[in-house]
Amino acid sequence: MVTSAISDADLRQRAWAAAAQVVDPEIPVLTIADLGVLRNVAVHDGHVEVAITPTYSGCPAMNMIALEIAVALEREGIQRPRVRTVLSPAWTTDWMSEDGRRKLKEYGIAPPLPGSSRRALFGEQMVACPQCGSTETELLSEFGSTSCKALWRCKSCREPFDYFKCH
Amino acid sequence: MAAANIVVSETPLVLYALRRGDDALILGHRLSEWCGHAPAMEEDMALANMGLDLLGQARELYAYAAKVEGKDNDEDKFAYLRHVRQYRNLLLVEQPNGDFARTMVRQFFYAAFADLYWRAMMASADPTLAAIAAKSEKESAYHLRHTSEWIVRLGDGTEESHRRAQTAIDDLWAFTGEMFAVDGSERGLIDAGIATDPAVLQPRWLKTVTGVVNEATLSLPTSSWMQQGGRSGRHSEHLGHLLSELQSLQRTFPGATW
Repeated sequence: MVTSAISDADLRQRAWAAAAQVVDPEIPVLTIADLGVLRNVAVHDGHVEVAITPTYSGCPAMNMIALEIAVALEREGIQRPRVRTVLSPAWTTDWMSEDGRRKLKEYGIAPPLPGSSRRALFGEQMVACPQCGSTETELLSEFGSTSCKALWRCKSCREPFDYFKCH
Repeated sequence: MAAANIVVSETPLVLYALRRGDDALILGHRLSEWCGHAPAMEEDMALANMGLDLLGQARELYAYAAKVEGKDNDEDKFAYLRHVRQYRNLLLVEQPNGDFARTMVRQFFYAAFADLYWRAMMASADPTLAAIAAKSEKESAYHLRHTSEWIVRLGDGTEESHRRAQTAIDDLWAFTGEMFAVDGSERGLIDAGIATDPAVLQPRWLKTVTGVVNEATLSLPTSSWMQQGGRSGRHSEHLGHLLSELQSLQRTFPGATW
């Protein structure tokens, strides 16, 4: 029926808007829409299903994000939403929005270098300091406070900073 | 009681997912044993983070094994309620951590394989395995880079770090052949395009490993004798001890949740 089709589209839009507001619990300036973790919102017979994808296989934030989505949708009056995890296509830092990159930088985390996800076994990376912009930086630790970050230091302003790893 | 060992119907696809899931779980558990003990704070985070990636891969593979099997089993039961002979992981990944050099060499041998293996598995005819492979491949590539740098640092470092890295290579070498072995159960999956043939990857693995080991001024053993058994449940004495810790809570308080 036409009316039901319209309300399904409306419901989908409301559900997307609510889910898109959910922030990453470990990088609270980024929403899951900025990150590209929010993949899809579908409506089947009036039931909403949200699809999310993990950044890293073991990312412990996924359970929290799924819970927050359910709460956000319930608050919006959407009852018993389902949250599903999808693995394919695999998440990449290239999906991070421009807005997301800007917000990350303002927060003090160097955004991932675009389009550089492929390895070079002993490759050099040039990461600009999110504080002063200098490219005189060095890697301190390939692994940081969360799965998605590495620890760097700026040799110009001497500040240590997080770098969102390319993936 | 919930603590009884589960029965698993090991069809080729279930067995396949369990073997790869067990590799990831056991190696990830070994890495987690370093938590709070690593030689530097940065490396403590690195080892725990690599362990976390592997744990995530294990969960996906176990969840898929449970789905394919279609019985009452799930990822937790596969991890907590199988006894040592029901585990199907490589002997390499269950070897004790030893010193830092030994842990790094073990991780390097595995990551150099996993990097190639999961990249090839992205072309699997099984969409779930292809999706798991696409995530695991990126993580393995990062682990390979990290461990390669350490092999060079250790081998080309001090006399002591060189000696320890070389001893680890010599001791663990005999466990590397099992990564490339194929049995009848897996052969059918390879023929069907579901699994990739690991034997085909062996020359490329050797090239990567040789390159890094040479740069590190270390050398690979010339012995070609290889120990196998893990894939069919014949393990070294170390796995039982590992499982007694990994499973202790579920064995003591059956069905406990929080």
